[in-house]
Amino acid sequence: MTAPTYDLGKLHGGLRLTAHKRESTAELIKDVPVPSMLVLPIEQHVGGPTRPVVRVGDHVLKGQVIAEPERELGAPVHASSSGTVVAIDQWPVSRRFGEKAPCIVIECDGKDKASSAIAIDDYSKLEPDELLLRILDGGIVGLGGAVFPTAQKLMQARTCKIDYLILNGVECEPYISCDDVLMRECAAEVLSGAQILMHALQVNVCLVAVESDKPEAILRLGQALADLDDQRIVLKQLPSVYPSGGEDQLVQLVTNREVPSRGLPTDVGCVVQNVGTAAAVHDWIVNNQPLISRITTVTGDGVDAPANIRARIGTPVADVISFAGGYTDQARHLIIGGPMTGKSVTTDEIPLVKASNCVLVVSDAPSQGDELPCIRCGDCAAVCPVRLLPQQLLWYARADDEKKLRDFCLTDCIECGCCDLVCPSRIPLTANFRKAKVHIQELADEKARADRAKRRFEARNRRLEREHQERAAELARQKSSAKAAGPAAIAEILKRKQNKDEFE
Amino acid sequence: MLLAVLTIATIALIAGIGLGYAYQRLPANDGDLVEQINDLLPQTQCAQCGYPGCRPYAAAVADGSAAINLCPPGGDETIRRLARLLGRDIIPLAETVVPAIAVIDEAACIGCFHCRNACPVDAIVGAPHLMHTVIASECTGCELCVAPCPVDCITMRPLS
Repeated sequence: MTAPTYDLGKLHGGLRLTAHKRESTAELIKDVPVPSMLVLPIEQHVGGPTRPVVRVGDHVLKGQVIAEPERELGAPVHASSSGTVVAIDQWPVSRRFGEKAPCIVIECDGKDKASSAIAIDDYSKLEPDELLLRILDGGIVGLGGAVFPTAQKLMQARTCKIDYLILNGVECEPYISCDDVLMRECAAEVLSGAQILMHALQVNVCLVAVESDKPEAILRLGQALADLDDQRIVLKQLPSVYPSGGEDQLVQLVTNREVPSRGLPTDVGCVVQNVGTAAAVHDWIVNNQPLISRITTVTGDGVDAPANIRARIGTPVADVISFAGGYTDQARHLIIGGPMTGKSVTTDEIPLVKASNCVLVVSDAPSQGDELPCIRCGDCAAVCPVRLLPQQLLWYARADDEKKLRDFCLTDCIECGCCDLVCPSRIPLTANFRKAKVHIQELADEKARADRAKRRFEARNRRLEREHQERAAELARQKSSAKAAGPAAIAEILKRKQNKDEFE
Repeated sequence: MLLAVLTIATIALIAGIGLGYAYQRLPANDGDLVEQINDLLPQTQCAQCGYPGCRPYAAAVADGSAAINLCPPGGDETIRRLARLLGRDIIPLAETVVPAIAVIDEAACIGCFHCRNACPVDAIVGAPHLMHTVIASECTGCELCVAPCPVDCITMRPLS
């Protein structure tokens, strides 16, 4: 068994938060039965919506592709169970905080009949690029919550020199425990997924990072690793500090390499994948099962029996909550995701999607009072894991100073929410930053549009000018050739023209 | 004392002559200002400001003959930026418009080519006597194609 190792980099700031994980980890993962209706949003990943390839009335099988990516970046959506497509319509989704987005609605027939996709015998015989294309078809996205299409992340990494594959089993946000139970119960699948990813990336070192507050997960991973006897995989134990599970923070922690501002982990030779993503890759490549279900933590003091459940993608959140014993009397707020980075929604009609790692139902927080002016204490800068200056950024965000916001690297903010928690004036810094980020992105898009319009306008002017000159040159040529032919030829042409005019 | 005064006076005289010469002989840097203003404009080339395009309007703003609030597509944001660049006061927009793109009713289009010739950014494709259509991603919403259409098949669809 590989002993946990500690040669780690340092995380700036961060917070030790009350974990609230025991509530949901007491029992094994429970399987939610196939619901009567599945709602599958056509946009469940970064990169723009997919295009539905089924029509209303079509019968679909479990695992059948029902929507395909339209652009370069994206992942297909598969039917999570067999049934009939009854609608392709607007439906509330968590991605838009409960606002509506296009979804494919399937009425399940209860047979759960799988489509007969062609399995591959042995992935290790495939070329890495073939394996990546195969992963692309599985509809797999980053299950840590960012839902970046996994295949494209790996394809981008293939263009860089990669030293480490890092499996993210940190799960530092309070309440969420889906990765913890996955590592406890499916350690072998996670490690098998790691091996597939290593083959796809052609790397020889895989670091599996787990926080030390998950002793059972570490134990099970260690046992699975001993059974596997793969020297390339190393288990790394990290102290539990929020947000050490952020991609760039994790790279810094386990390799002591700092991801540059506006850069990616691949810039420092690392690729980070969530443990859940690795298990999904295993399910697809080895068991031929695309991403049609996921483990989700249903927890909070607003849920009667907190638990980790495995549900089909598209299961309505209301069904998931009633499976976990239903709401308690204290239930007030429904949050999809964790308490720090999750999205607050107003309806439980929304479906569970690939991104939904947690369904959190909480009671009203005791009122802390209103927001007060900033007193420049600097606590926010001390806890910021990205080493930004939140108080300064707030100043510029309020002044709407785009240039200063860029100079002070607002775009590097990971929206972890640490600054909000420590602020003695209770200023919602992260909410301000989120808004400012959207705003500067809009300005950048507008600028790009204006630049393109300018280029097209100038190109058109050049074209008109060129056409004008060509026409003038052609006229001059005709004139001179007529002159050269002599007066008789000109008289001939004029006569012909006269005849033509009379005819008309 | 006298030496010091003379030295300073001489330096001031030389510097003055130098600056005066530069002022007379070197071209004023208006071109840069026009470019800077042009960079802040939305480049729709819509002529709604009363000038034939974004650059002519930028030139007019630079020489002071045009106000900074004549660009409807740019909106308040453009006025704010122009005010900051030129050190003028922020004034309300003379006329507001909803951002929109042109849409051709393809069934009604007779292929007359007039809209294609009117489009300042070549965002309309089509051949004579054949149907035309707007490249939505390149349309700046300038509305210049609407008036020339003889069958009124072009409408402006607001961007949500």
